[in-house]
Amino acid sequence: MGQQAEAILHETEAHDAHHEMSFWDKYIFSVDHKIIGFQYMFTGLIMAAIGGYFAYAFRMQLAWPGEEVPFYGLVDAAKYNMLVTNHGTIMIFWVAMPVLIAAFGNWLIPLMIGCDDMVFPRLNRLSYQIFLVSALVLILSFFVTGGGFGGAWTSYPPLSAVAAYNLTNWGASLWLLAVFLEIVAFLLGGINFVTTTMNARAPGMGMMDIPIVVWMINIAVILFMASVGPLVAGAVMLFFDQRLGTSFFIPSGGGDPLLWEHLFWFFGHPEVYVVLLPTMGIVAEIITVFSRKKLFGYRTILYTAFGTGGLSFIVWAHHQFVAGIDPRMANVFVVTTILISIPIAEMLFSFIATLYGGSIEFSTPMLWALGFLVSFLIGGVTGIYLGASALDVYFHDSYFVIAHFHYTFFPITIIGMFAAITYWFPKMFGRMMDETLNKIHFWGTFIPFNGLFLPLFLVGMAGQHRRIADFTQYPDLASPDLQSIRIFATVSLVILLLFQFVFIYNFFNSMFKGKKAPLNPWKANTLEWTVSSPPPHGNFAELPTIYRGPYEYSVPGREEDYWPQHLAPNQ
Amino acid sequence: MSLQGPIATHRMRTGIPTGRLAVWWGLASEIFIFGGLIMCFLLFKFNNAPGFEDADMTSTAAGAFNTFVLLTSSLSIVLAHAAAEKGDIQASFRYIWFTIGGGLVFLLVKTYEYSSKIYGGITLTENVFWSFYFTATGLHALHVIGGMVIMGMISFDVRKNHNLQRVELIGLYWHFVDIVWIFLFPILYIANF
Amino acid sequence: MSEAHAHPNYIKIWFWLLILLAISVAGPMLEIPWVTVVTAFGIAAVKTFMVAAKFMHLQFEKKIIWYLLIICVTFLGVFYFGVAADIMNSSGQQWKDCIADNTCIEQRL
Repeated sequence: MGQQAEAILHETEAHDAHHEMSFWDKYIFSVDHKIIGFQYMFTGLIMAAIGGYFAYAFRMQLAWPGEEVPFYGLVDAAKYNMLVTNHGTIMIFWVAMPVLIAAFGNWLIPLMIGCDDMVFPRLNRLSYQIFLVSALVLILSFFVTGGGFGGAWTSYPPLSAVAAYNLTNWGASLWLLAVFLEIVAFLLGGINFVTTTMNARAPGMGMMDIPIVVWMINIAVILFMASVGPLVAGAVMLFFDQRLGTSFFIPSGGGDPLLWEHLFWFFGHPEVYVVLLPTMGIVAEIITVFSRKKLFGYRTILYTAFGTGGLSFIVWAHHQFVAGIDPRMANVFVVTTILISIPIAEMLFSFIATLYGGSIEFSTPMLWALGFLVSFLIGGVTGIYLGASALDVYFHDSYFVIAHFHYTFFPITIIGMFAAITYWFPKMFGRMMDETLNKIHFWGTFIPFNGLFLPLFLVGMAGQHRRIADFTQYPDLASPDLQSIRIFATVSLVILLLFQFVFIYNFFNSMFKGKKAPLNPWKANTLEWTVSSPPPHGNFAELPTIYRGPYEYSVPGREEDYWPQHLAPNQ
Repeated sequence: MSLQGPIATHRMRTGIPTGRLAVWWGLASEIFIFGGLIMCFLLFKFNNAPGFEDADMTSTAAGAFNTFVLLTSSLSIVLAHAAAEKGDIQASFRYIWFTIGGGLVFLLVKTYEYSSKIYGGITLTENVFWSFYFTATGLHALHVIGGMVIMGMISFDVRKNHNLQRVELIGLYWHFVDIVWIFLFPILYIANF
Repeated sequence: MSEAHAHPNYIKIWFWLLILLAISVAGPMLEIPWVTVVTAFGIAAVKTFMVAAKFMHLQFEKKIIWYLLIICVTFLGVFYFGVAADIMNSSGQQWKDCIADNTCIEQRL
């Protein structure tokens, strides 16, 4: 399709957009990628509040076992299991994925590649609707007889497959159904993302002119699509085990529980990179803009992302070192697990090299991005300990794993999310966030986060097991010094959660009353900053043509230190 | 081509039409779903799990007949695409409904097989082999039904000369369903390999 | 709408597919296990290739679709062989019952 035809089409589109749409058409059943992005984002944030509330309840129980938790009530063993299970499930499937991939993917991909919408707007809407249903099914599962599912987010059979074992007959099935629907929603959304990026890029935008964050979201989506298939089949099999009495995974009927672990982790480990890569992309954007330097090693970052993606398919069994897997295979998986830290480290080094010699501005998005680098580094390094099977036999299922996991996922999900929100807020709502409150929120989140999870490494090394609701029953683990560490962690969590109210206030206050944002407040190059804020239906007044890569900052001989992608060379 | 919807829909940087590209990505994720199921089956089978000798009891004739039906319907849907490309809308419409008829025959044979097994006392819970048999063929049958419904919807569009490219897209999907059956047939019906 | 290209002769391909089907049904009648495996799976692979290349027009498709499909099948293979080592050894031929066998405990000490 020629550019001229596009221009004509665009004009007619713009006229169509003028007629008034009802509230429902505009915000609820919208096919506009920005609205769908917001829907994902707000659903994700609400789910994050639920997940955080669950974390509060079970951390309070660990600090003061057996006492009533304010705003929750008594946490007995069954409730404790339900809380930790659903905390994990919510934070991964209903927070990390919708916010990092679906919300920012929807918001950024069409804007950054210079087109007016996704290639399948209605498929996009369907994907959100299925996602919403999945979230409702999950919430419903907390209220059925027997309560929510309590068999950990990995849902190992036979515990998860037999109602007589897990005592949550309907909770377990609804949980599984919710996860299944969520996966379907993301498969549909993922097809849309990849096709859009492949086919709908603006004229002139070659493969190497695509902003890193778009690349990363696409690689993540492809990883997801390729890893989740066996789990979909597995989820159907597990559902039949639960509801129809088959025994795919139940040993007494000839099934094999280890098979589920493989099916789950064949998805579960690439999933880590599915959520990591978008955050890496977000951080790459922010670091370049606030260092005023060209991104160091665009291609290196890209190839390492591909390398990470490929390697992530052959590391999954490191979650199963103590599950009785073949020790010869365990050796292979140790090697691949330690290998995968190389491409990730290389990416981090690229970011550090970008920072080196830059004129760094410590605005809030930059603080979040740097906070990500620092804390993710700790998470990555402790991952190498756990990847070695000899050490893992000791550390497995201890709080060391919990601390490692949260040092990777908290930076990825929460810090990455705040980095992205503070960075793109001016474009999303057309107003600036309050910088002082933002900085208070950053330090009020970052310091308690370390206060929460650093001590858990210690209790983990002391041998504290992760699935115990009440440590007073275990004399070796109930010693006062260990208990005081637990209390310290819980107090840190409460402080962390309280500081989120600063963010909520700032977010809504700035959304309606903030200072009007200029078109391009950070002086960035990428295309989303060329449209008015907030972008109108159809995004671009005139569809752009691309002349250069997205990271041309401080080009010698140019008056301004940035060079937007859409400016013709003589401009 | 009608100029509707966002401009994004009409761009084609890879040289592959957007719809076809998306169908290929969808099929790629389907490969993993059915592939994962078949891999699980093979893992049990090669581990000599009890019950897998029951593969003798499935009717090879019925399976072979169904393979024949699906291969034939694959032919008719590709002929529908060829006709649509030439602009012969009526022929395309007829071929699509021939394909739907093929799907219907397939499902009838399937129903016969299911009911004879269930009346013979063999259900999903008999042993792991039969669990796989009913799960895999059931999941496949759901895909057949889905394909038939979509084909029915497309056929009326075709008669109005709308969205002719969709005949090719549903064709791709239908061939994929055919290929899944090509693999289910030997593992479930050809006994004792 | 796809690009102009010569269509393969669909009827002829269909005919070949039916012949292959007949072979795969006839194979097991010889009751030689390896012949059954070859006729069942070898022919399934050939049929798949024919349907994909001719009916699905992969022959004329861009390279990127080929890469996509090859990667999918490769990862499925990775999955199979990564899992097989465990599932196949679930009976554990070399395990020792250390409680019954005292010498084993002495060795460990």
